Amino acid sequence: MTLVREARYRLMKDLVLPAALRAREGRRRARKADPLFGPPLKSGAELKRIMARHYALARYAKGARPVAYVTSGAPVELLRPLGFYTLYPENHSALCGARKVGDRMALHAEARGFSPDLCSYARIDLGHAFSGESPAGELPPPDLLFCTTNICQTVMYWFKALAHHHRVPLVVLDTPYLHGGREEGPALRYFRDQMVEAVPRLERVACRDFEEGRFLAALESSRRASLLWGKVLETLKARPAPLTIFDAFVHLMPVVSLRGLPVCERYYEGLLAEAEERVRRGVAAVPGERFRLLWDNIAIWFALGSLARLFARAGAVPVAATYTHAWAETVQDLEETDPFDGLAKAYGRIFLNRDLAHRRDLLLTLAREYGVHGVVFHSARSCKPYSIGQYDMRGALEAQLPLRTVVLEADMADGRVWSEAQAETRLQAFFESLER
Amino acid sequence: MDCFAGVDVGSQAAKAVVLDGEGRLLGRALLDTGPDFGRSARRALEEALSQAGAPRESVRVLVGTGYGRASVPGAHRAITEITCHARGVAWLFPEARLLLDVGGQDSKAVRLGPGGKVEGFAMNDKCAAGTGKFLSVLAQSLGTGIEGLGPAGLRASKELHLSSTCTVFAESEVISLLSRGESVPDVAHAVHAAMARRLVGLVRQAGLQEPAVFTGGGALNADLVRSVEGALGIRFRIPEEPAFTGALGAALLAREAALAPSPR
Repeated sequence: MTLVREARYRLMKDLVLPAALRAREGRRRARKADPLFGPPLKSGAELKRIMARHYALARYAKGARPVAYVTSGAPVELLRPLGFYTLYPENHSALCGARKVGDRMALHAEARGFSPDLCSYARIDLGHAFSGESPAGELPPPDLLFCTTNICQTVMYWFKALAHHHRVPLVVLDTPYLHGGREEGPALRYFRDQMVEAVPRLERVACRDFEEGRFLAALESSRRASLLWGKVLETLKARPAPLTIFDAFVHLMPVVSLRGLPVCERYYEGLLAEAEERVRRGVAAVPGERFRLLWDNIAIWFALGSLARLFARAGAVPVAATYTHAWAETVQDLEETDPFDGLAKAYGRIFLNRDLAHRRDLLLTLAREYGVHGVVFHSARSCKPYSIGQYDMRGALEAQLPLRTVVLEADMADGRVWSEAQAETRLQAFFESLER
Repeated sequence: MDCFAGVDVGSQAAKAVVLDGEGRLLGRALLDTGPDFGRSARRALEEALSQAGAPRESVRVLVGTGYGRASVPGAHRAITEITCHARGVAWLFPEARLLLDVGGQDSKAVRLGPGGKVEGFAMNDKCAAGTGKFLSVLAQSLGTGIEGLGPAGLRASKELHLSSTCTVFAESEVISLLSRGESVPDVAHAVHAAMARRLVGLVRQAGLQEPAVFTGGGALNADLVRSVEGALGIRFRIPEEPAFTGALGAALLAREAALAPSPR
């Protein structure tokens, strides 16, 4: 039985899906060029191919591969040597948001008593678990839930609810918050020990031995992909910027959900080459670039296109973001001689797991390095850990740098809290204040 | 004679102001917005022009502002109400450093630099609490009408507390206070105090500075102004016709655009 599934999985992966996707691309009509923007990134087609194949192949993975649901900040490198097919609920919820079905999916969770004040990613994902609905087609149920609390505490309760629903093992890696001025050693050692302890449990679910060679190869692949991603972001320091942060929000997908796999590395090699080529040739993502901006918090997925146009009309180009930067910030830590130490540092030190002073300094550094004129703080209604402290950080930035700031009330995936006219007024007034 | 016009199409009222080349007021008009933004904008402008005794062709530059800024027929530019209010306030009170505007659908606090430069601002989120709409709904429950709400509040003799700042829940709270026998003036004052708490938050977000100016329809409500002043510990300056500040700013920006064409 397993052999049949394995054969079917390989057939789909190597032959059927690539051919089907190529045929679909052939049928798709080319989009009309939008004069607000420069030529579209060629890598966009490859990105679509990779992500479409990843979601389409998922449904053939069941039985052929152990399936794990993973949080965005979890050390997925531990799962790679064991052959897990990994799906990222956060990535899927963002996709639902972008397809504007987030609200509808969240309702399935709200109908079961989950409060509308909870994280919209969690509500959408639980809505998916309860209803089976997904714009990505059918997704396989998990064999394992793998969760790390470095991005927020909500993930633990969210994944507990998933574990209860799917009746599968849940591995939680607890990462104490790192406060400046307090020694981080004990917290990181505690995190490291949990990873070591988790390996036998992961082996049991995968029915396979954890091979060190494969683990090290995954780590190296992950490190290279994050480095490449960091270099892609650095190309946005060029004036004009070769791509915008709105582009980066989309091109971030592989480093979030395919990290540690060769396809991810290859993708960023291509994207980096293209971005560098655009810089050399002076190709602008927004031909009328006038103001360079820094973005704080997750993307507003359901309004990404309309926001990109609104910004571009004013010549406002977001060139840096704390969010996109998160997958490049701690990559050097992976170079540790002990791979578990490296993982503990790289994943324990991500900025969402550090105090507000660190976050303020990160904003200041990005604002300086990318030469921004203003900062857009997206206050995400249902992502409290990311949105907390924004008013203080805004004050600190305004006090230290000659820039303007604006707070945009929205959410990453729940369109019900969005008021387009109000957001437009705020942003246009902000652009006018940059001008005068 | 050339003139310059600003039309502010808000959610509740459409306002038009016509100025001459020196910035002198020639005419102004205020109408209910209604469902057709373009039509209300045109009618407000026509009325202001007829008051000015100027034909439509004499308008050299027209600037639209407010929620309906994109639907002002014939407008040369659309500029947000935040920039326009700031410009209007700076014209009326050049020394002003803070502006609080309470309009029909929006409230905003704007930190001003010299010359009405917008240095920072805060607006209400997607919620009617703290906006003119909040007052209209509660004025209806109290039976005072929107104009009667301020005078009623000034006659209050005791402090009541409205716990909710949500328009919907505040309305039911008002009804239950009335049914408990509380007087209309006392409840009206409680409404203003509740709204003042929201507005104070906005002002603090933008950054409290003085001198401060209160504009928009909300500035016509003396008890509301007094409540906000009490909560912030400052005194506001109030334009003679606060509802026209945005349209005035738009007309001033129209005049400036004609005098010094910007690349925008």
